[in-house]
Amino acid sequence: MGFVTFIGRRIFQSIFVLLGLSILIFIIARIMPGDPARVAMGARAPDWVVENLREQMHLNDPLPVQYGYWLRDALQGDFGISLFTRRNVADDVREFLPASLELVFTSGIIAGVVGISLGAISARYKDTWIDGVLRMFSYFGVVTPAFVFAILFLLLFGLALQWLPPIGRLSDGIPKPPVITGMITVDALLAGQFATFWDAFKHLLMPALALSMGALAQEARITRSSMADNLSKDYIAAERALGIPERVIMSRFLLKPSLIPTISVFALDFAAGLSNAFLVELIFNWPGLSRYGMNAMLRKDLNAISAVILILGITFTIANIVVDLVVGALDPRIRLSAERSE
Amino acid sequence: MDDAPLLEIKDLHVHFHVYGGILRVLDGVSFVVHRGEKVGLVGETGCGKTTTMKATLRVLPMPPARIPGGQILFQGQDLLKMRDDRLRRVRGRGISMIFQDPTAALNPVFTIGQQIRAVVRHSTEKRLSRSQIHDRMIQPIREVALPDPERMLGSYPIQLSGGMRQRVCIAMALVADPKLLIADEPGTSLDVTIQDQILRLLGRLVEEKDLSVILITHTLGIVRQLTDRVYVMYAGTMVEVAGTEELFRNPLHPYTHGLMEAVPRLTGGGVSDGIPGRIPNYLHPPPGCRFHPRCPHVMDVCRQEKPGFYRVSGDHEVACFLYRDKERSA
Ligand SMILES: Nc1ncnc2c1ncn2[C@@H]1O[C@H](COP(=O)(O)OP(=O)(O)O)[C@@H](O)[C@H]1O
Ligand code: SF4
Ligand SMILES: [Mg+2]
Repeated sequence: MGFVTFIGRRIFQSIFVLLGLSILIFIIARIMPGDPARVAMGARAPDWVVENLREQMHLNDPLPVQYGYWLRDALQGDFGISLFTRRNVADDVREFLPASLELVFTSGIIAGVVGISLGAISARYKDTWIDGVLRMFSYFGVVTPAFVFAILFLLLFGLALQWLPPIGRLSDGIPKPPVITGMITVDALLAGQFATFWDAFKHLLMPALALSMGALAQEARITRSSMADNLSKDYIAAERALGIPERVIMSRFLLKPSLIPTISVFALDFAAGLSNAFLVELIFNWPGLSRYGMNAMLRKDLNAISAVILILGITFTIANIVVDLVVGALDPRIRLSAERSE
Repeated sequence: MDDAPLLEIKDLHVHFHVYGGILRVLDGVSFVVHRGEKVGLVGETGCGKTTTMKATLRVLPMPPARIPGGQILFQGQDLLKMRDDRLRRVRGRGISMIFQDPTAALNPVFTIGQQIRAVVRHSTEKRLSRSQIHDRMIQPIREVALPDPERMLGSYPIQLSGGMRQRVCIAMALVADPKLLIADEPGTSLDVTIQDQILRLLGRLVEEKDLSVILITHTLGIVRQLTDRVYVMYAGTMVEVAGTEELFRNPLHPYTHGLMEAVPRLTGGGVSDGIPGRIPNYLHPPPGCRFHPRCPHVMDVCRQEKPGFYRVSGDHEVACFLYRDKERSA
């Protein structure tokens, strides 16, 4: 029961964090140089038309009042019109966000599964050549930006070997599944269209892999070092001394305590993936939110910028709550102290 | 009593390779436990008692530890050369160990039940039924007089008191019915009354189960009640061994004298009260007798040569040049 309250309280706190973020977004949007109404109508629109729009957009009201209007609309999912796509920002988000989420989820799964496995292998064979190779690999993974991997994979798997389709989400001539989640692989599975799923999955694999490399390497490093740390703890010596087999110790009694720092970083990496995806999305022509947000920034498309930043903020907030939940589930010390402090 | 020792450690060396060099901690330790014997191992903190016992079960963290030399014969077989799967069957069943700090020795993120269950499952090659597993989990918990066993199994270590954690560690060490039990400073981390209860419990269990025991402690008083024979250790070397009564009546090594003087003080731990100075640095241990910088009787030879063990009477041996000429053949 105490743990539920603990999480409830974290969600409650998060609401204030998000409110703060919204104020920040609003202020930045308003102090950016240029008159939003003028930008919206174009340089040649007559002054009275622009003035009408200013009135309509509440731009003549005091800032706190403007914020009130802005927040009311934002809460209803109304971020106004994108100056670039000339559509509702909300519609744009609905279109582009699922593509990004699909990418980030897949890369998160790859990073988690592969990263933790590599880290565990590294720790198991600590200070052997296996460990050396893996550490070298993860070192490169951490220092190399995702777009370098994107270009590398594109050239290698997409163009030279032609194993995977180089760009887009689906091949020409493959029917799109009905939109349910907006993630094509998931929708295809829900609709039972396995050929479509397979095609979409192949499109997804390369960008997801490119995006996952940094987090994957980071996971591997953290898992290795926390496992190596814990390996010299007395409880491991005690478990060995009592005749528990090495494989059980490694995969259970060492893994669980060692995953706690890994998981914390993992969720944040995941959220960061959403904002780091833009070059990967650009290179693979992936119609995602990250690319959309980057374009919006380059074009000073304030409404779109506000929406994208708020979504990123919400993602980070959710990721943080998930971290608390998972770490609490793994670590009774945290869970129990949360209960005790009730 | 069978003549072949149950456990025989011969000339054991242990090094720790750390940043900055090699800590040469154990420097030729030899040690014998006969069947049914209760042996004490004393010496001040840092002298290598725990290291010797962890090396025996091959549970030292490697790296940083290395064992460059020595033999550890258990029932005639060298544990240092034994294949991992066979060694695993010796652990827990042949030799079991109660670690020094019960809080550190319990995995913080698993319940007591999960930890004991794992020990029970791997304590035999037979497949146990659920109810057999449960019985074998509950029984040792009862034996160490822990209240409410079922609830105990569902608890995490953090939910238990220090005394309860210590009892859980004892229970786990008893699961597989070991022949030899190593108890590393049982109760030291607890307050005196609880430590007393723990020691009495341990003494009772050892009698009931007729275990061979190695009892590690840095206070001689405890040894006197519970053991037949005592080894005294200093800075990674054995300096004296004798029957318990003989050692108390007739301590020979200058270091043992110091220990005896430190015993009556109620402050516990601090042996340095009796002997000025402290344990040497293992990075550059003193040549010759490792005790010579602190020894009131130091001679020239002590600075150059390492003393061998001289048998002074029946089972009383001492590693000190003062007794070189008093040696008798047994
Ligand atoms: N993992 C380790 N790494 C480095 N040094 C160690 C390690 N374990 C023990 N030592 C060193 O070995 C020496 C003996 O320690 P220990 O066996 O725990 O002594 P005791 O149990 O007699 O108090 C100490 O000086 C300690 O610093
Ligand atoms: S050998 Fe020498 S230095 Fe060592 S204890 Fe004996 S007298 Fe002292
Ligand atoms: Mg110790």
